[in-house]
Amino acid sequence: MRSGSRLEKALRAGRFAVTAELNPPDSADPQAVYDRAIVLASVCDGINATDASGANVHMSSVGVCALLTRAGYEPVLQVSCRDKNRIAIQGDLLGAAAMGVRNVLCLTGDGVGTGDHPEAKPVFDIDSMQLLRMARMLRDEARFLSGRKLDAAPRLFLGAASNPFVPPYDYRALHLGKKVEAGADFVQTQFCFDVPRLRQFMATVRSLGLHQKVFILAGVGPLRSAKAAEWMRTHVPGVVIPDEIITRLRQAAPGKQAAEGKRLCIEIIQQVREIEGISGVHVMAYRQEELVAEIIEEAGLLPAPTRSRRAAAPAAVRPRTAKPKLSQSTSQQQEHPN
Amino acid sequence: MRFLQNHPQLLAQAYNLTRRALLLVRGWLQPGGRMQRAFVAVEAVSKGALFDCRMCGQCVLHSTGMTCPMTCPKNLRNGPCGGVRLNGNCEILPDMPCVWVLAWERSKLLPVYGSQILHVLPPLDRRLEGSSAWINDFSGAADRAAAGWQLP
Repeated sequence: MRSGSRLEKALRAGRFAVTAELNPPDSADPQAVYDRAIVLASVCDGINATDASGANVHMSSVGVCALLTRAGYEPVLQVSCRDKNRIAIQGDLLGAAAMGVRNVLCLTGDGVGTGDHPEAKPVFDIDSMQLLRMARMLRDEARFLSGRKLDAAPRLFLGAASNPFVPPYDYRALHLGKKVEAGADFVQTQFCFDVPRLRQFMATVRSLGLHQKVFILAGVGPLRSAKAAEWMRTHVPGVVIPDEIITRLRQAAPGKQAAEGKRLCIEIIQQVREIEGISGVHVMAYRQEELVAEIIEEAGLLPAPTRSRRAAAPAAVRPRTAKPKLSQSTSQQQEHPN
Repeated sequence: MRFLQNHPQLLAQAYNLTRRALLLVRGWLQPGGRMQRAFVAVEAVSKGALFDCRMCGQCVLHSTGMTCPMTCPKNLRNGPCGGVRLNGNCEILPDMPCVWVLAWERSKLLPVYGSQILHVLPPLDRRLEGSSAWINDFSGAADRAAAGWQLP
């Protein structure tokens, strides 16, 4: 165990893990975060807090994660290199770890042009590979990038992103190998709507032996409609949706496209689960968070009733320090569905 | 130009010859000197034409199939981002081929340096922007990564 993270524990125990994305609110009200977390936590081993994804400003991922740890949830802090330089990022990693965050997903970040502040200055001081290595340096060597010693190292489970669905295809697995060398302990992939492509990628990953060095979680998610899918593939960088998928949604009975999108997501989860080297799924259900629990349950991924998912803190592992009333009630409600 | 860019082996050879020639006069090549100004001017023109060089002062062309990674709008030094378009073009500049798609194709043509693309490169020293990569190469400044990076 490198981090004491509950996500790491689940993966190392060999359980097919589930993480899900929480979209931070445009709000300063903590309740907005808890409202979203509560529908995810009962079925997840970790909740990803996105870092201004698509370059749209929302509550910061550090802020969201701090709220989540206060309530006993298991967050995954997403860190992008678009908005912060090496000084700010290292400070955030220490601050987040001090708040109890144990998982970090190291990302490059989308360009500012896709977001709501296209006139902003893109930072990109370091890239995601260097970010991984820098985070590993903080954790394993207790040093800043400058070489200066830390008094206490952060305990972090380090994540990287991978997109096997875009060119250069034959380089993607090697690129993942580079991320493993830089320090990745786990990987969350971009949306998978093309399972054969993922199988091909995983074959190379296995031939490189990477599946034994890193836990790979396949990215999945429900599509709301054919129109939403069309919009996503043209506007969201890196999302590839084959024509067959869109046709299938379009052919669904009127008013049934969302249900078809959900069924499709469940089918994809069941298919990727069979691929050797896939250790879990990462569910991204933008503005459909309430669907995540149903998807996980219907895909047959809920553990036996006695072994609850741990994104919500079971009583035994709750911190002993006093917590705000709100968090206790949310944790209790959390455990109920199990 | 395009011909040369697609034949990185020629560019790599030209680089090696230039380096060997400059090694003879390396005593004159000091950071901050008059030579620095001359080199900056020559490099800006020659590498600008060949590589669309952005004068980061820390050339890593051997790691990138002789394709300048600084033309990537995200300044990525270690491979492509996840936003590459299906036609192989850049997420941010849709009409530009992804620097890393080109770098990967060209790396395959470099028999000696091709595998360098698999090595993790350190963060840039932003203080070297606008200085001469040749002089930084000889003075060792280009290889001097942040102190923490160099420790085991």
